[in-house]
Amino acid sequence: MINIVKKEIKNKGRAYLYLALATALVVLLTGTSKAAVGFLLIFGIPLFFMEKMPAYATTGERFTRYMFLVITASVLVFLIAPVLIIMPLSFNAEPYFTFTEGMLNFDSDAYSMRWYLDILHNGMKDPTAVVGWWSDMWNNAQWIRATRNSFFIATVSAIIATFLGTLAALGLSRPEMPQRALITSLLISPMIVPLVITATGMFFFYSSIGIAKTYTGVILAHVTLGVPFVIITVTATLSGFDMSLVRASQNMGANGWTTFRRIIMPLILPGMISGALFAFITSLDEVVAVLFIADVEQRTIPRQMFSGIREQISPTILAVASILVVMSVVLLTVLEMLRRRSERLRGMSPG
Amino acid sequence: MNKLVNKTLIAAAVATTMVAGSVQAASHSESITVVSWGGAYTKSQVEAYHKPWMAATGNTIVSEDFNGGLAEIKAQVEAGNVTWNVVDVELSDAVRGCDEGILEVMDHSVLPDGDNGVPASEDFLPGALMECAVGNIVWSTVFIHDESKIQGVDGLTDFFDLNKFPGKRGLRKGAKPNLELALMADGVEPADVYEMLSTDAGIDRAFAKLDTIKDSTVWWESGAQPPQLLADGEVTMTTAYNGRVFNAIASEGKPFVINWDGQIWDLDLWVIPKGAPDQEATMDFVKFSTSTKPLADQASWIPYGPLRKSSFGLVGSFHDKPELDMSVHMPTAPDNFKRALQNDFEFWADNSDQLNERFNAWLTK
Amino acid sequence: MTTANPSIDQADTLPLKQKLAKTTAIQRRRAFLLTAPLVLFLLISFVFPIGQMLFNSIHNNKVSGVVPEFAVAIQSWDGQGLPSEEIFEIFVKDLAIAKKVREVGRTAGNMATRINYEMPGSRSLFTKSARKVGKITEGPYKEALIKLDKKWANPQVWLTLQRASHDISPSFYVAAMDMKYNEKGEIVQADELYQIYLNNFIKTMWLAALITFICVLLAYPVAYLLAILPLRQSNLLMIMVLLPFWTSLLVRTTAWIAILQTEGVINDLLVYFGVIGEDGRIQMIYNQTGTIIAMVHILLPFMVLPLYSVMKTIQPTYMRAALSMGSKPFYAYRRVYFPLTIPGLAAGTLLVFILAIGYYITPALVGGQDGLLISNLIAYHIQKSLNWSLGAALGTMLLVVVMIFYWVYNRLIGIDKLKFG
Repeated sequence: MINIVKKEIKNKGRAYLYLALATALVVLLTGTSKAAVGFLLIFGIPLFFMEKMPAYATTGERFTRYMFLVITASVLVFLIAPVLIIMPLSFNAEPYFTFTEGMLNFDSDAYSMRWYLDILHNGMKDPTAVVGWWSDMWNNAQWIRATRNSFFIATVSAIIATFLGTLAALGLSRPEMPQRALITSLLISPMIVPLVITATGMFFFYSSIGIAKTYTGVILAHVTLGVPFVIITVTATLSGFDMSLVRASQNMGANGWTTFRRIIMPLILPGMISGALFAFITSLDEVVAVLFIADVEQRTIPRQMFSGIREQISPTILAVASILVVMSVVLLTVLEMLRRRSERLRGMSPG
Repeated sequence: MNKLVNKTLIAAAVATTMVAGSVQAASHSESITVVSWGGAYTKSQVEAYHKPWMAATGNTIVSEDFNGGLAEIKAQVEAGNVTWNVVDVELSDAVRGCDEGILEVMDHSVLPDGDNGVPASEDFLPGALMECAVGNIVWSTVFIHDESKIQGVDGLTDFFDLNKFPGKRGLRKGAKPNLELALMADGVEPADVYEMLSTDAGIDRAFAKLDTIKDSTVWWESGAQPPQLLADGEVTMTTAYNGRVFNAIASEGKPFVINWDGQIWDLDLWVIPKGAPDQEATMDFVKFSTSTKPLADQASWIPYGPLRKSSFGLVGSFHDKPELDMSVHMPTAPDNFKRALQNDFEFWADNSDQLNERFNAWLTK
Repeated sequence: MTTANPSIDQADTLPLKQKLAKTTAIQRRRAFLLTAPLVLFLLISFVFPIGQMLFNSIHNNKVSGVVPEFAVAIQSWDGQGLPSEEIFEIFVKDLAIAKKVREVGRTAGNMATRINYEMPGSRSLFTKSARKVGKITEGPYKEALIKLDKKWANPQVWLTLQRASHDISPSFYVAAMDMKYNEKGEIVQADELYQIYLNNFIKTMWLAALITFICVLLAYPVAYLLAILPLRQSNLLMIMVLLPFWTSLLVRTTAWIAILQTEGVINDLLVYFGVIGEDGRIQMIYNQTGTIIAMVHILLPFMVLPLYSVMKTIQPTYMRAALSMGSKPFYAYRRVYFPLTIPGLAAGTLLVFILAIGYYITPALVGGQDGLLISNLIAYHIQKSLNWSLGAALGTMLLVVVMIFYWVYNRLIGIDKLKFG
């Protein structure tokens, strides 16, 4: 390990020299050493990742590559930092959204789990009671109710959206499909039309037929919004699908349904699952339609967070957010593993 | 023989069901949804109205929060699917809702007498009993600052003085009641404010005054925000609902000071959306919560003035600080009432659409 | 050889061409039937509601529904002076009935609100008169009504009533485009103090374009890096793109509030590193800057993913070939690589732009009043000012703009080519 580092430093000796000079300049200009530390962090770390370039690469090319790495590193940090930064903030003992002095000094008093507990307690009739605590929490705690609603609505919408979307994608992928472009545009349009317009229209219409402020209304709205994702992913999967497999199965006497069940579905299952997951996440995350259509009974997690940001302003939202982020990571990992597994099954190189 | 047995069995079954049903009905508790503004205000209502009423009648109350306005009520009534039983609204909303037919007409004769025997129609302050509403409290828009950070704030003109007190200001987002505040800070007497606002010159003057602090203004929308903004240091001074601030001072010990100069007071009332279910139980709740004692009790949680004269004498101290007398913190306390303006609901009923349009346009320039 | 084998011949004696046409027709129908449930579902739960909203933007029966006979009678008035005694009589009688019946959606208050949009300040005239009009039981009605309130002698009131009696009227579009009716009933530019909507539309589109541009600048290098790295490493880095994409919108917005606020992480860091003083904390939230930063962060994955999927298909040999033929690196990039990425660029750009125009939640939470977009104004009218027709008119205009861009996108790229990596 040390040898590798030594070798790297020898190779990049000149670059490190430039970096040291630049840092010295920064210290001179700003007069503090802290700025130098910051400067070193931003510009030093990409330097470490610079790979060995061929001997004929010019200085300009090396510099371009270096700046390229700096920029991409910054963008990636820009993308991921907000998502990660809320996790330590959610352990703040004070009801603020900022890092307190104590937290920065890693003072253990400055950290607490109170916001995670608040998730369970907020809305309960008597959080300190021992008897009946579970049923009190299960029925009354606002966040728990929101979680139950979110998962119920998301699961049902995802299932319905996957069902309808897969059917439609199957139809759309057939070469004989009439008016394919037009119908595809129609089916994808819920993703394009501004959400506030969709939500307003649905609000008026559902109110007039009496399904506003019911689970049905919210689920229908979420199915509408989730279907485009299912269609996109399943169509993409079907585009690589070998139609001769279908013909072969029909040749051997299978009817349409058996062909679908035994041949098509196993092969497009990754696409279906991917689409279902997209629809699930879309519903879980959706807040505008819920704002217009749902009642307090049907409040979902994002709806609760919205009023939390607007009205109550307590870091409980950060605690919920952290849990959601962890969930997303788990989900992503599962997806990735599924993808690698399906590629192995299909005989493609896992890469 | 079988037929007879059959008939008897059927008769017995029906009878049992009826008895069971009536027993069920007798012990059947109703659940009503009471909607209010959230935070410390809803808490005061839960303690003073909800809990005693639930204990007395065995019914349950589901409490919901909103930020004012008639949109939700209108949507529910027009859809024919009303889930809110009773709502706590501002006076201008109560009047407008009544005019548009989305609120139930209230029969004031069923309201109980005051504890001193005075009939309801005389016990309530003038303006508290409207065609579709029964008033409960007086609340006020005041402005607050943090005494530990700035001292020597003298009156409303200081709110608009960015030189003497640099820093940001907080204002409620919307034309009301900022136009009145601007005019009063510009030297107009409260009695002349609405007359001035009925003229174009007056409106221009109000907006011109607001222009002087526009760039330093943070606009808040919900009642919980102003104390939070002041605590965070986002603003140096901000308008707020007087009750919410008091909670920050008394319960959380914040060094905030309420400035009563130029306070704009208004009423809050209970209304019932048209076509709401369980109206009998709801009216019972309204009667209970606007009777003498509960109105006085809510004042021990938040300093909003009860609208019944018989409640004045019963206003006590803060619920867990016996040394803190609530009556001096009311909007209607004589010391606080020196330069006070009552919100003119008719003016706003007529002009809120237009003035808010102008306000929105002004805001985005 | 020409003996027909009965088992091979068709059972019917149709020629092959017809049989083919028939089978194709069956297949097409089957394909269509597969999509039918979803199309039907979307027609009912998506297209129809939006259509209804569009209808509400030009249809408003708050006068003809309240005073029906009057609405018919006033059409015969020529607009000069005041209407006739008969028309007054019909008006008084209709108003009294409306006040008594008090049907939801057809009250005097509804009419008052409607007229108040065009004649600000006239609301109380209607509501007060409605309360007292039941007492006028016999003629002369014109005198009696004017005695009730002398504002009824103003011809403007009657002209407005006449105009508003039409169920189908463009007056909400007039308002949405910052115009109004003057005394003569002509459409003119509204007072400058009241002009918001067109400005806001332009601002929304400008902000959306700016955000799209920033996204392109930031996404291009990242997509390039992901495309050229070996698959294992790029998958790892892809997580840094996908995780925000999968994280809830509200979570990300909350994170930005925590980071950008005056006492937040960035300001704290800048003060710590001595870049700014304690008093010089930058206001980065509750204004346009906050909106831009947060929306760039949220829409960036939408730009990275299409770019990445296109760049992945570009063979590295092309660039090597160009370099080996003697071109400078930048020239090779400009003439060989960049044109190949244009489809991905176009896809990402249009997608991000369309999404940015319609955004509501993020500006609502971090935009303050400066960073409000047109969607927020629409929501304001639906939820606060209750002027549903005006909200619908603004929504229709927004929808038309988005549809135009969507059509362009379809023509250039085709919506079915959208991929999510």
